[in-house]
Amino acid sequence: MSKIANKQMICEVLMEASKTDKDIVALCSDSRGSGSFTPFADAYPEQFVETGIAEQNLVSIAAGLAKCGKKAYAVSPACFLSTRSYEQAKVDVAYSNTNVKLIGISGGVSYGALGMSHHSAQDIAAMSAIPNMRVYIPSDHLQTKELVRALLKDEKPAYIRVGRNAVDPTYEEGTVPFEMDRATVVCEGTDVAIIACGEMVKPAKDAAAILKEQGISAEVIDMYCVKPLDKEAVVKAAQKVKAVITVEEHAPFGGLGSMVSQVVGSECPRRVINMSLPDAPVITGTSQEVFDYYGLNAEGIAKKAAELVK
Amino acid sequence: MENLTVLSYDLRKDVIEIICAGKAGHIGGDMSVIDTLITLYFKQMNISTENMDDPDRDRFVMSKGHSVEALYAVLAKKGFFGLDEVLEGFSKFGSKFIGHPNNKLPGIEMNSGSLGHGLPVCVGMALAGKMNRQDYRVYTVMGDGELAEGSVWEGAMAASHYKLDNLCAVVDRNRLQISGNTEDVMHHDDLHERFRSFGWNVIDVENGNSIEQLDAAFNKAKTVKGRPTVLIANTVKGCGSPVMENKAGWHHHVPNEEEYIQIMKDLDERKEAALHE
Repeated sequence: MSKIANKQMICEVLMEASKTDKDIVALCSDSRGSGSFTPFADAYPEQFVETGIAEQNLVSIAAGLAKCGKKAYAVSPACFLSTRSYEQAKVDVAYSNTNVKLIGISGGVSYGALGMSHHSAQDIAAMSAIPNMRVYIPSDHLQTKELVRALLKDEKPAYIRVGRNAVDPTYEEGTVPFEMDRATVVCEGTDVAIIACGEMVKPAKDAAAILKEQGISAEVIDMYCVKPLDKEAVVKAAQKVKAVITVEEHAPFGGLGSMVSQVVGSECPRRVINMSLPDAPVITGTSQEVFDYYGLNAEGIAKKAAELVK
Repeated sequence: MENLTVLSYDLRKDVIEIICAGKAGHIGGDMSVIDTLITLYFKQMNISTENMDDPDRDRFVMSKGHSVEALYAVLAKKGFFGLDEVLEGFSKFGSKFIGHPNNKLPGIEMNSGSLGHGLPVCVGMALAGKMNRQDYRVYTVMGDGELAEGSVWEGAMAASHYKLDNLCAVVDRNRLQISGNTEDVMHHDDLHERFRSFGWNVIDVENGNSIEQLDAAFNKAKTVKGRPTVLIANTVKGCGSPVMENKAGWHHHVPNEEEYIQIMKDLDERKEAALHE
């Protein structure tokens, strides 16, 4: 099964579109290598802007370009993009309503061993709190391809977080279920609903397989559209099951878990358990080691689900 | 051509009315920057109600967004909306005429308010112009206190790197900010050297409240190729009446009745003098 990093897929989709669309502009803050955007910069130098290590400038320049008709894709590590340039995202992108897509690369704990400065465990909360900012966290490169193609068709601001490494695909080439701003039901179930986003979707899917062997029926929802959250999908899933689990590569506050809990609490009360990173600097390690340590893997999710529905 | 200096006093009076109607605003900076706005909107930029959606129009971003009352007065005079609408709505519940520029209003390109955003945004606008081989020019006005924002210098760096000679920034150098003298708060006396070292063409406008001098400087800026230009416009905060001139306390003071009467009288006298110049 082929696998490439989601960031590489973003670059590939934009390069394909740039063959005919000269208004696409990619911007990097000395991040073309880490963002897998060197091929774009080489192929379309006239549609590429380098800002140097200056994330605030990156986002403001992207907004200015967008205001003059460009489709701006600002590519920078999620840790910096969602904090250093937060005000530019708020004022120049969301508030001024410019067609800027903020691509947060190496999101979450992708830079596991580099420490908290390089982790973006707050980006969902931060970006979601800005009016007129959408937040997307695709689970694999196949879904990323569909998402970026959809984003190319609209003119609204968005923040897209992807991880650093290639991950095992959740979906299969040629049969990727995708509808913009609608969550994807990965598998249906009746005992417990597992709602995940990004790199947590695949372990959630694997957890459902483990649970099946134990006689527990788990529904898995891929909530790549964290904002606007697909509330209908949340309610539909929650109504069928005894309990809901959310799984995300994010701090425990203000992320997918908080948003799903709000909906379930008000629309169809069920027990909701949020699985996330801790409210603390995370332990040192590769992202997989970090996930394993905090139980954010198939076994950890299955264990939690089994306890819940017992 | 209308006597723009005369107009500058009429528009200053409009600004005073707007501020008194809304009981809010940044009067000192409005009065220092208004001549720059008048020069841009009435002499320099190809912007009107007819071409506001034309891709080839010149672009302007009010980086020192708190001086929005001056922008409202100028845009109302240009016909983008009525002065009566501004007077009725400014700072009122549910109004579109808020205390900083917002692009839901015709004639305003970008929302601002937080300082240090205008120049980097204009870099993007100027880059788009270069990419599309369009001839429009891009302008922004910053306050001198605003120059303490690091993002200004990120923008300045990129503007010269990309040789954006279609970009012209203005520093409204009124030497006062909310806490007092700029040189006491954070010094900027080496401003010209700073911009030069960032690769900019620097034009000092000795009297930044002279429309004639500003116009000449903007014309000169257009002839400079291969690098952006900044006009250091030496202005007087509160320019128009001794009641408010060069007084830090008038950064956002709303005139009382007595002050209002005196300011209007002073503005009328200066207008009268300008008529006979």
